[in-house]
Amino acid sequence: MWSQLRTLWTVFQHTFMRNETVQYPDEMPYAAPRYRGRIILTRDPDGEERCVACNLCAVACPVDCIALQKTEREEDGRWYPEFFRINFSRCIMCGMCEEACPTYAIQLTPDFELCEYNRDSMVYEKEHLLINGPGKYPDYSFWGVAGKTIEGKDKGEARNEAPPTDFRSLMP
Amino acid sequence: MTVDWNYILIIPVAVGALVFALFLVWWERRLLGWWQDRLGPNRVGPFGVLQALADAIKLLMKEDWLPPFGDRAFFIMAPAIVAGSMLMAYVIVPFGPDLYITDSNIAILFFLAMSSLAVYGVLLAGLSSNNKYAMLGGLRAAAQMVTYEVFMGLSLMGVVIHAGSFSLVDIVESQRDMWYIFPQCVGFLIFFMAGLAESHRLPFDLPEAEHELTAGFHTEYSGMKFALIMAAEYLAMVLTSALVVTLFFGGWLAPSFIPGAEYIPPVVWFGAKTLVFIHLFVLLRAAIPRPRYDKLMSLGWKVLLPLSLLNLLVTGGVSLWLQT
Repeated sequence: MWSQLRTLWTVFQHTFMRNETVQYPDEMPYAAPRYRGRIILTRDPDGEERCVACNLCAVACPVDCIALQKTEREEDGRWYPEFFRINFSRCIMCGMCEEACPTYAIQLTPDFELCEYNRDSMVYEKEHLLINGPGKYPDYSFWGVAGKTIEGKDKGEARNEAPPTDFRSLMP
Repeated sequence: MTVDWNYILIIPVAVGALVFALFLVWWERRLLGWWQDRLGPNRVGPFGVLQALADAIKLLMKEDWLPPFGDRAFFIMAPAIVAGSMLMAYVIVPFGPDLYITDSNIAILFFLAMSSLAVYGVLLAGLSSNNKYAMLGGLRAAAQMVTYEVFMGLSLMGVVIHAGSFSLVDIVESQRDMWYIFPQCVGFLIFFMAGLAESHRLPFDLPEAEHELTAGFHTEYSGMKFALIMAAEYLAMVLTSALVVTLFFGGWLAPSFIPGAEYIPPVVWFGAKTLVFIHLFVLLRAAIPRPRYDKLMSLGWKVLLPLSLLNLLVTGGVSLWLQT
Protein backbone atom coordinates (compact mmCIF):
# COMPACT_ATOMS: atom_id res chain seq x y z
CA MET A 1 0.00 0.00 0.00
CA TRP A 2 2.75 2.44 0.98
CA SER A 3 4.73 1.64 -2.15
CA GLN A 4 1.68 2.33 -4.27
CA LEU A 5 1.11 5.70 -2.64
CA ARG A 6 4.77 6.49 -3.20
CA THR A 7 4.38 5.47 -6.83
CA LEU A 8 1.45 7.85 -7.16
CA TRP A 9 3.49 10.65 -5.68
CA THR A 10 6.49 9.93 -7.89
CA VAL A 11 4.35 9.91 -11.00
CA PHE A 12 2.63 13.10 -9.90
CA GLN A 13 5.98 14.83 -9.55
CA HIS A 14 6.55 14.21 -13.24
CA THR A 15 3.93 16.88 -13.95
CA PHE A 16 6.61 19.43 -13.24
CA MET A 17 9.46 17.75 -15.05
CA ARG A 18 10.77 18.54 -18.48
CA ASN A 19 9.43 16.47 -21.33
CA GLU A 20 11.82 14.35 -23.26
CA THR A 21 9.90 14.79 -26.49
CA VAL A 22 11.74 16.25 -29.46
CA GLN A 23 9.08 17.58 -31.82
CA TYR A 24 10.89 16.18 -34.78
CA PRO A 25 9.84 17.93 -37.96
CA ASP A 26 9.84 21.26 -36.13
CA GLU A 27 13.04 20.79 -34.18
CA MET A 28 15.77 18.46 -35.35
CA PRO A 29 17.00 15.85 -32.91
CA TYR A 30 20.71 15.74 -32.21
CA ALA A 31 22.49 13.02 -34.14
CA ALA A 32 26.05 12.25 -33.02
CA PRO A 33 28.85 12.67 -35.60
CA ARG A 34 29.23 8.90 -35.73
CA TYR A 35 25.48 8.35 -36.11
CA ARG A 36 24.81 5.64 -38.67
CA GLY A 37 22.61 7.17 -41.32
CA ARG A 38 22.78 7.66 -45.07
CA ILE A 39 25.87 6.14 -46.69
CA ILE A 40 28.28 8.24 -48.71
CA LEU A 41 31.40 7.62 -50.79
CA THR A 42 34.24 9.99 -49.95
CA ARG A 43 37.22 11.33 -51.88
CA ASP A 44 40.82 11.49 -50.75
CA PRO A 45 42.53 14.84 -50.07
CA ASP A 46 43.51 15.10 -53.73
CA GLY A 47 39.91 14.95 -54.79
CA GLU A 48 40.09 11.47 -56.28
CA GLU A 49 37.73 8.67 -55.42
CA ARG A 50 38.86 6.70 -52.41
CA CYS A 51 36.98 3.57 -53.36
CA VAL A 52 39.24 0.90 -54.85
CA ALA A 53 36.34 -1.45 -55.74
CA CYS A 54 37.65 -4.23 -53.47
CA ASN A 55 34.10 -5.48 -52.86
CA LEU A 56 34.70 -5.94 -49.12
CA CYS A 57 31.72 -3.74 -48.28
CA ALA A 58 29.48 -5.78 -50.53
CA VAL A 59 30.73 -8.94 -48.83
CA ALA A 60 30.31 -7.52 -45.35
CA CYS A 61 26.82 -6.24 -46.04
CA PRO A 62 24.40 -8.57 -44.22
CA VAL A 63 21.48 -7.62 -46.45
CA ASP A 64 23.38 -7.51 -49.73
CA CYS A 65 22.33 -4.02 -50.57
CA ILE A 66 25.65 -2.94 -52.10
CA ALA A 67 26.54 -3.74 -55.70
CA LEU A 68 29.66 -2.56 -57.52
CA GLN A 69 32.02 -3.51 -60.30
CA LYS A 70 35.76 -2.94 -60.45
CA THR A 71 37.51 -1.28 -63.32
CA GLU A 72 40.96 0.27 -63.79
CA ARG A 73 41.81 3.79 -64.76
CA GLU A 74 43.76 3.89 -68.04
CA GLU A 75 46.16 6.71 -67.20
CA ASP A 76 47.59 5.54 -63.85
CA GLY A 77 46.25 2.06 -63.12
CA ARG A 78 44.19 3.01 -60.10
CA TRP A 79 41.27 0.77 -59.35
CA TYR A 80 37.86 2.35 -59.06
CA PRO A 81 34.25 1.15 -59.22
CA GLU A 82 32.65 1.28 -62.63
CA PHE A 83 29.31 1.50 -60.92
CA PHE A 84 28.47 1.59 -57.26
CA ARG A 85 24.90 1.04 -56.23
CA ILE A 86 23.32 0.97 -52.77
CA ASN A 87 19.73 -0.06 -52.39
CA PHE A 88 18.63 1.98 -49.39
CA SER A 89 15.30 0.24 -49.19
CA ARG A 90 17.28 -2.78 -48.04
CA CYS A 91 20.03 -1.06 -46.10
CA ILE A 92 19.76 -1.52 -42.33
CA MET A 93 22.38 1.13 -41.47
CA CYS A 94 24.47 -1.43 -39.60
CA GLY A 95 27.77 0.20 -40.56
CA MET A 96 29.48 -3.08 -41.42
CA CYS A 97 30.51 -1.68 -44.80
CA GLU A 98 32.22 1.22 -43.11
CA GLU A 99 34.09 -1.17 -40.82
CA ALA A 100 35.08 -3.40 -43.69
CA CYS A 101 36.30 -0.62 -45.95
CA PRO A 102 40.12 -0.58 -46.12
CA THR A 103 40.26 2.89 -47.62
CA TYR A 104 37.72 4.84 -45.54
CA ALA A 105 35.83 5.36 -48.77
CA ILE A 106 32.40 4.27 -47.61
CA GLN A 107 31.13 6.16 -44.58
CA LEU A 108 27.87 6.60 -42.75
CA THR A 109 26.54 10.08 -42.03
CA PRO A 110 24.14 11.48 -39.43
CA ASP A 111 21.50 12.13 -42.09
CA PHE A 112 18.62 9.76 -41.48
CA GLU A 113 15.92 11.37 -43.58
CA LEU A 114 15.71 8.81 -46.34
CA CYS A 115 12.11 9.05 -47.40
CA GLU A 116 10.89 8.71 -50.94
CA TYR A 117 7.50 8.35 -52.55
CA ASN A 118 8.89 5.92 -55.08
CA ARG A 119 10.71 2.75 -54.17
CA ASP A 120 13.05 3.11 -57.12
CA SER A 121 14.24 6.41 -55.75
CA MET A 122 15.77 4.55 -52.83
CA VAL A 123 18.38 3.01 -55.11
CA TYR A 124 21.39 5.34 -55.04
CA GLU A 125 23.94 5.24 -57.84
CA LYS A 126 27.54 6.37 -57.54
CA GLU A 127 26.75 9.93 -58.59
CA HIS A 128 24.31 10.17 -55.67
CA LEU A 129 26.70 8.60 -53.19
CA LEU A 130 29.92 10.42 -54.00
CA ILE A 131 30.61 13.60 -52.08
CA ASN A 132 33.23 16.22 -52.78
CA GLY A 133 35.15 15.85 -49.52
CA PRO A 134 37.14 13.40 -47.45
CA GLY A 135 34.45 12.82 -44.80
CA LYS A 136 35.59 11.67 -41.39
CA TYR A 137 39.31 11.11 -42.10
CA PRO A 138 40.41 14.26 -43.89
CA ASP A 139 44.13 13.42 -44.25
CA TYR A 140 43.93 9.82 -45.30
CA SER A 141 44.84 8.88 -48.82
CA PHE A 142 44.94 5.18 -49.59
CA TRP A 143 47.07 5.43 -52.69
CA GLY A 144 49.54 7.58 -50.80
CA VAL A 145 50.24 4.85 -48.24
CA ALA A 146 49.56 1.70 -50.21
CA GLY A 147 52.39 -0.38 -51.58
CA LYS A 148 50.77 -0.93 -54.94
CA THR A 149 52.40 0.64 -57.92
CA ILE A 150 50.45 3.23 -59.80
CA GLU A 151 51.49 5.77 -62.35
CA GLY A 152 53.71 8.36 -60.67
CA LYS A 153 54.41 6.30 -57.55
CA ASP A 154 56.64 3.27 -57.64
CA LYS A 155 57.33 0.62 -54.99
CA GLY A 156 58.80 2.07 -51.83
CA GLU A 157 57.66 5.58 -52.56
CA ALA A 158 54.55 5.54 -50.45
CA ARG A 159 54.44 7.44 -47.20
CA ASN A 160 56.12 5.56 -44.31
CA GLU A 161 57.22 2.88 -46.73
CA ALA A 162 60.82 1.63 -46.80
CA PRO A 163 62.38 1.08 -50.21
CA PRO A 164 62.10 -2.56 -51.29
CA THR A 165 64.95 -4.82 -50.17
CA ASP A 166 67.22 -6.02 -52.90
CA PHE A 167 67.85 -9.54 -51.59
CA ARG A 168 70.53 -10.24 -54.17
CA SER A 169 72.68 -7.46 -52.82
CA LEU A 170 75.32 -8.23 -50.17
CA MET A 171 75.41 -4.71 -48.83
CA PRO A 172 73.95 -4.27 -45.32
CA MET B 1 -50.23 17.89 -14.39
CA THR B 2 -47.30 20.02 -13.37
CA VAL B 3 -44.15 19.89 -15.42
CA ASP B 4 -40.92 19.57 -13.54
CA TRP B 5 -38.76 22.19 -15.19
CA ASN B 6 -35.64 20.43 -14.06
CA TYR B 7 -36.30 17.88 -16.79
CA ILE B 8 -35.14 20.48 -19.30
CA LEU B 9 -31.69 19.75 -17.98
CA ILE B 10 -31.79 16.25 -19.48
CA ILE B 11 -30.55 17.33 -22.89
CA PRO B 12 -27.74 19.63 -21.71
CA VAL B 13 -26.61 17.03 -19.19
CA ALA B 14 -26.62 14.18 -21.72
CA VAL B 15 -24.92 16.20 -24.44
CA GLY B 16 -22.58 17.85 -21.96
CA ALA B 17 -21.57 14.52 -20.44
CA LEU B 18 -20.83 13.00 -23.84
CA VAL B 19 -18.87 16.03 -25.03
CA PHE B 20 -17.02 16.15 -21.74
CA ALA B 21 -16.19 12.45 -22.08
CA LEU B 22 -14.91 13.15 -25.59
CA PHE B 23 -12.58 15.90 -24.46
CA LEU B 24 -11.60 13.90 -21.41
CA VAL B 25 -10.05 11.35 -23.74
CA TRP B 26 -7.80 14.05 -25.12
CA TRP B 27 -7.06 15.54 -21.70
CA GLU B 28 -6.25 12.14 -20.26
CA ARG B 29 -3.83 11.43 -23.08
CA ARG B 30 -2.10 14.73 -22.45
CA LEU B 31 -1.91 14.05 -18.72
CA LEU B 32 -0.52 10.59 -19.31
CA GLY B 33 1.96 12.15 -21.67
CA TRP B 34 3.18 14.62 -19.08
CA TRP B 35 3.42 11.96 -16.44
CA GLN B 36 5.50 9.83 -18.75
CA ASP B 37 7.69 12.82 -19.71
CA ARG B 38 6.07 13.04 -23.12
CA LEU B 39 3.87 15.73 -24.59
CA GLY B 40 0.78 13.81 -25.61
CA PRO B 41 -1.42 14.84 -28.54
CA ASN B 42 -0.64 18.52 -29.11
CA ARG B 43 -0.83 19.12 -32.82
CA VAL B 44 -4.52 19.30 -33.78
CA GLY B 45 -5.74 22.76 -32.90
CA PRO B 46 -4.48 24.79 -29.93
CA PHE B 47 -2.77 22.44 -27.45
CA GLY B 48 -4.24 19.56 -29.44
CA VAL B 49 -7.78 20.21 -28.16
CA LEU B 50 -9.27 19.34 -31.51
CA GLN B 51 -7.72 15.87 -31.28
CA ALA B 52 -10.95 14.88 -29.54
CA LEU B 53 -13.00 16.03 -32.53
CA ALA B 54 -10.63 14.39 -34.95
CA ASP B 55 -10.95 11.11 -33.05
CA ALA B 56 -14.73 11.41 -33.03
CA ILE B 57 -14.83 12.04 -36.78
CA LYS B 58 -12.49 9.15 -37.39
CA LEU B 59 -14.61 6.80 -35.31
CA LEU B 60 -17.80 7.93 -37.05
CA MET B 61 -16.29 7.45 -40.48
CA LYS B 62 -14.86 4.02 -39.75
CA GLU B 63 -16.33 0.87 -41.15
CA ASP B 64 -18.86 -0.52 -38.73
CA TRP B 65 -17.93 -4.15 -38.90
CA LEU B 66 -20.23 -6.83 -37.55
CA PRO B 67 -18.57 -10.15 -36.82
CA PRO B 68 -20.31 -12.72 -39.01
CA PHE B 69 -19.60 -15.41 -36.41
CA GLY B 70 -21.17 -13.51 -33.51
CA ASP B 71 -24.64 -12.96 -32.19
CA ARG B 72 -25.59 -9.86 -34.11
CA ALA B 73 -28.59 -8.69 -32.14
CA PHE B 74 -26.78 -8.68 -28.81
CA PHE B 75 -23.61 -7.43 -30.41
CA ILE B 76 -25.45 -4.31 -31.56
CA MET B 77 -27.39 -3.95 -28.33
CA ALA B 78 -24.47 -4.23 -25.91
CA PRO B 79 -22.80 -0.82 -26.45
CA ALA B 80 -26.17 0.88 -26.24
CA ILE B 81 -26.84 -0.82 -22.91
CA VAL B 82 -23.45 0.16 -21.52
CA ALA B 83 -23.60 3.77 -22.63
CA GLY B 84 -27.33 4.12 -22.00
CA SER B 85 -27.24 2.89 -18.44
CA MET B 86 -24.26 5.10 -17.66
CA LEU B 87 -26.02 8.13 -19.12
CA MET B 88 -29.19 7.30 -17.20
CA ALA B 89 -27.28 7.41 -13.94
CA TYR B 90 -26.52 11.09 -14.57
CA VAL B 91 -30.18 11.79 -13.85
CA ILE B 92 -29.55 11.77 -10.11
CA VAL B 93 -26.29 13.74 -9.97
CA PRO B 94 -26.87 17.07 -8.18
CA PHE B 95 -24.66 19.64 -9.89
CA GLY B 96 -25.82 22.51 -7.71
CA PRO B 97 -28.46 23.46 -5.11
CA ASP B 98 -31.23 23.52 -7.72
CA LEU B 99 -29.33 22.10 -10.59
CA TYR B 100 -30.29 18.46 -10.89
CA ILE B 101 -32.60 16.57 -13.18
CA THR B 102 -34.42 14.79 -10.41
CA ASP B 103 -34.08 14.49 -6.66
CA SER B 104 -35.21 10.96 -6.17
CA ASN B 105 -35.61 9.48 -2.70
CA ILE B 106 -33.91 6.33 -3.99
CA ALA B 107 -31.12 8.10 -5.85
CA ILE B 108 -28.31 5.90 -4.51
CA LEU B 109 -30.23 2.76 -5.27
CA PHE B 110 -30.90 4.07 -8.78
CA PHE B 111 -27.20 4.66 -9.30
CA LEU B 112 -26.36 1.16 -8.08
CA ALA B 113 -29.04 -0.30 -10.33
CA MET B 114 -27.74 1.54 -13.36
CA SER B 115 -24.16 0.53 -12.74
CA SER B 116 -25.35 -3.06 -12.38
CA LEU B 117 -27.18 -2.80 -15.70
CA ALA B 118 -23.94 -1.69 -17.33
CA VAL B 119 -22.50 -5.07 -16.36
CA TYR B 120 -25.04 -6.71 -18.66
CA GLY B 121 -23.83 -4.59 -21.53
CA VAL B 122 -20.22 -5.55 -20.94
CA LEU B 123 -21.08 -9.20 -20.46
CA LEU B 124 -23.24 -9.31 -23.59
CA ALA B 125 -20.55 -7.54 -25.57
CA GLY B 126 -18.08 -10.18 -24.49
CA LEU B 127 -20.29 -13.17 -25.11
CA SER B 128 -21.92 -12.06 -28.36
CA SER B 129 -18.57 -11.41 -30.00
CA ASN B 130 -17.96 -15.18 -30.03
CA ASN B 131 -14.26 -14.61 -29.65
CA LYS B 132 -12.09 -16.18 -26.98
CA TYR B 133 -10.51 -12.92 -25.86
CA ALA B 134 -13.85 -11.20 -25.75
CA MET B 135 -15.36 -14.08 -23.81
CA LEU B 136 -12.54 -14.10 -21.27
CA GLY B 137 -12.94 -10.36 -20.92
CA GLY B 138 -16.67 -10.71 -20.50
CA LEU B 139 -16.25 -13.42 -17.88
CA ARG B 140 -13.76 -11.33 -15.96
CA ALA B 141 -16.02 -8.31 -16.24
CA ALA B 142 -18.97 -10.25 -14.90
CA ALA B 143 -17.06 -11.71 -11.94
CA GLN B 144 -15.23 -8.50 -11.11
CA MET B 145 -18.21 -6.22 -11.38
CA VAL B 146 -20.55 -8.50 -9.49
CA THR B 147 -17.95 -8.74 -6.73
CA TYR B 148 -17.33 -5.05 -6.47
CA GLU B 149 -21.01 -4.23 -6.80
CA VAL B 150 -21.64 -5.92 -3.47
CA PHE B 151 -19.56 -3.69 -1.31
CA MET B 152 -19.99 -0.65 -3.50
CA GLY B 153 -23.52 -0.63 -2.18
CA LEU B 154 -22.47 -1.60 1.35
CA SER B 155 -19.84 1.12 1.53
CA LEU B 156 -22.48 3.74 0.78
CA MET B 157 -24.77 2.59 3.59
CA GLY B 158 -22.60 4.36 6.14
CA VAL B 159 -23.29 7.64 4.39
CA VAL B 160 -26.97 6.79 4.23
CA ILE B 161 -27.00 6.13 7.99
CA HIS B 162 -25.37 9.50 8.65
CA ALA B 163 -27.67 11.42 6.34
CA GLY B 164 -30.79 9.40 7.04
CA SER B 165 -31.76 9.57 3.40
CA PHE B 166 -31.08 7.98 0.03
CA SER B 167 -31.58 11.29 -1.74
CA LEU B 168 -28.33 12.83 -2.95
CA VAL B 169 -29.62 16.36 -2.38
CA ASP B 170 -30.39 15.56 1.25
CA ILE B 171 -27.00 13.90 1.61
CA VAL B 172 -25.23 16.99 0.32
CA GLU B 173 -27.31 19.28 2.53
CA SER B 174 -26.54 17.17 5.60
CA GLN B 175 -22.82 17.69 4.99
CA ARG B 176 -22.95 21.38 5.87
CA ASP B 177 -21.28 20.74 9.20
CA MET B 178 -18.85 18.04 8.20
CA TRP B 179 -17.98 16.24 5.01
CA TYR B 180 -18.61 12.52 5.25
CA ILE B 181 -15.03 11.78 4.29
CA PHE B 182 -14.15 12.23 7.99
CA PRO B 183 -16.54 9.77 9.64
CA GLN B 184 -16.65 7.55 6.56
CA CYS B 185 -13.06 7.45 5.33
CA VAL B 186 -13.16 3.65 5.15
CA GLY B 187 -16.39 3.85 3.22
CA PHE B 188 -14.82 6.38 0.89
CA LEU B 189 -11.78 4.22 0.18
CA ILE B 190 -13.92 1.18 -0.50
CA PHE B 191 -16.36 3.10 -2.66
CA PHE B 192 -13.51 4.63 -4.63
CA MET B 193 -11.92 1.27 -5.31
CA ALA B 194 -15.28 -0.23 -6.20
CA GLY B 195 -15.90 2.71 -8.51
CA LEU B 196 -12.57 2.05 -10.19
CA ALA B 197 -13.58 -1.55 -10.69
CA GLU B 198 -17.07 -0.62 -11.87
CA SER B 199 -15.80 1.75 -14.52
CA HIS B 200 -13.08 -0.86 -15.26
CA ARG B 201 -10.36 1.70 -15.36
CA LEU B 202 -6.77 0.85 -14.66
CA PRO B 203 -5.57 -0.64 -12.32
CA PHE B 204 -8.80 -2.66 -12.32
CA ASP B 205 -9.20 -2.94 -16.08
CA LEU B 206 -8.92 -6.70 -16.17
CA PRO B 207 -11.93 -7.06 -18.50
CA GLU B 208 -9.92 -5.13 -21.09
CA ALA B 209 -6.36 -5.98 -20.08
CA GLU B 210 -4.90 -5.13 -23.45
CA HIS B 211 -1.62 -6.87 -22.68
CA GLU B 212 -3.20 -10.27 -22.28
CA LEU B 213 -6.65 -10.07 -23.92
CA THR B 214 -6.00 -7.66 -26.83
CA ALA B 215 -8.96 -5.48 -25.89
CA GLY B 216 -10.96 -7.85 -23.72
CA PHE B 217 -14.70 -7.67 -24.12
CA HIS B 218 -14.59 -5.08 -26.92
CA THR B 219 -12.03 -6.84 -29.07
CA GLU B 220 -14.46 -7.18 -31.97
CA TYR B 221 -15.90 -3.68 -31.76
CA SER B 222 -15.05 -0.94 -34.20
CA GLY B 223 -16.31 2.41 -35.30
CA MET B 224 -19.20 3.98 -33.46
CA LYS B 225 -19.91 0.95 -31.28
CA PHE B 226 -16.38 1.05 -29.98
CA ALA B 227 -16.78 4.78 -29.43
CA LEU B 228 -19.92 4.15 -27.38
CA ILE B 229 -18.13 1.62 -25.18
CA MET B 230 -15.23 3.99 -24.67
CA ALA B 231 -17.63 6.85 -23.97
CA ALA B 232 -19.34 4.68 -21.38
CA GLU B 233 -16.02 4.04 -19.67
CA TYR B 234 -15.30 7.75 -19.45
CA LEU B 235 -18.88 8.51 -18.42
CA ALA B 236 -18.52 5.98 -15.63
CA MET B 237 -15.28 7.60 -14.55
CA VAL B 238 -16.90 11.05 -14.42
CA LEU B 239 -19.96 9.64 -12.72
CA THR B 240 -17.93 7.89 -10.05
CA SER B 241 -15.95 11.09 -9.44
CA ALA B 242 -19.14 13.10 -9.22
CA LEU B 243 -20.66 10.62 -6.77
CA VAL B 244 -17.53 10.50 -4.62
CA VAL B 245 -17.72 14.27 -4.42
CA THR B 246 -21.44 14.26 -3.71
CA LEU B 247 -21.34 11.55 -1.07
CA PHE B 248 -18.07 12.20 0.72
CA PHE B 249 -16.80 15.66 -0.17
CA GLY B 250 -19.84 17.85 0.30
CA GLY B 251 -21.01 18.00 -3.30
CA TRP B 252 -21.59 21.59 -4.35
CA LEU B 253 -20.96 22.95 -0.82
CA ALA B 254 -18.05 25.33 -0.60
CA PRO B 255 -15.27 24.12 1.69
CA SER B 256 -15.47 26.16 4.89
CA PHE B 257 -11.73 25.96 5.53
CA ILE B 258 -11.07 28.24 2.54
CA PRO B 259 -12.06 31.82 3.46
CA GLY B 260 -14.28 33.50 0.89
CA ALA B 261 -15.07 30.19 -0.77
CA GLU B 262 -18.81 30.79 -0.48
CA TYR B 263 -18.65 33.62 -3.05
CA ILE B 264 -17.78 31.16 -5.77
CA PRO B 265 -20.91 29.58 -7.26
CA PRO B 266 -21.70 26.07 -5.98
CA VAL B 267 -21.62 24.57 -9.47
CA VAL B 268 -18.01 25.65 -9.80
CA TRP B 269 -17.17 23.95 -6.53
CA PHE B 270 -18.88 20.79 -7.67
CA GLY B 271 -17.01 20.87 -10.97
CA ALA B 272 -13.67 21.60 -9.33
CA LYS B 273 -14.00 18.78 -6.82
CA THR B 274 -15.09 16.39 -9.54
CA LEU B 275 -12.12 17.35 -11.68
CA VAL B 276 -9.78 16.60 -8.80
CA PHE B 277 -11.11 13.06 -8.65
CA ILE B 278 -11.03 12.63 -12.41
CA HIS B 279 -7.36 13.58 -12.26
CA LEU B 280 -6.86 11.08 -9.49
CA PHE B 281 -8.38 8.40 -11.73
CA VAL B 282 -5.95 9.27 -14.49
CA LEU B 283 -3.05 9.39 -12.06
CA LEU B 284 -3.93 5.90 -10.85
CA ARG B 285 -3.92 4.73 -14.43
CA ALA B 286 -0.52 6.29 -15.03
CA ALA B 287 1.07 4.94 -11.86
CA ILE B 288 -0.31 1.61 -10.76
CA PRO B 289 0.04 -1.67 -12.63
CA ARG B 290 -2.80 -4.10 -13.03
CA PRO B 291 -3.06 -6.75 -10.29
CA ARG B 292 -3.30 -10.42 -11.04
CA TYR B 293 -6.88 -11.53 -11.51
CA ASP B 294 -7.09 -13.86 -8.49
CA LYS B 295 -5.53 -11.17 -6.30
CA LEU B 296 -8.20 -8.76 -7.45
CA MET B 297 -10.94 -11.20 -6.50
CA SER B 298 -9.40 -12.13 -3.16
CA LEU B 299 -8.88 -8.46 -2.34
CA GLY B 300 -12.54 -7.91 -3.06
CA TRP B 301 -14.00 -10.81 -1.13
CA LYS B 302 -11.47 -11.21 1.67
CA VAL B 303 -10.54 -7.62 2.49
CA LEU B 304 -12.96 -5.08 1.12
CA LEU B 305 -16.19 -6.93 1.80
CA PRO B 306 -15.43 -7.62 5.52
CA LEU B 307 -14.12 -4.07 5.87
CA SER B 308 -17.26 -2.57 4.43
CA LEU B 309 -19.44 -4.77 6.63
CA LEU B 310 -17.41 -3.76 9.66
CA ASN B 311 -17.66 -0.13 8.64
CA LEU B 312 -21.43 -0.47 8.35
CA LEU B 313 -21.63 -2.18 11.74
CA VAL B 314 -19.54 0.44 13.52
CA THR B 315 -21.34 3.34 11.84
CA GLY B 316 -24.72 1.90 12.74
CA GLY B 317 -23.64 1.15 16.31
CA VAL B 318 -22.17 4.58 16.87
CA SER B 319 -25.17 6.40 15.47
CA LEU B 320 -27.52 4.27 17.60
CA TRP B 321 -25.38 4.99 20.65
CA LEU B 322 -25.46 8.70 19.90
CA GLN B 323 -29.25 8.62 19.58
CA THR B 324 -29.82 7.03 22.97
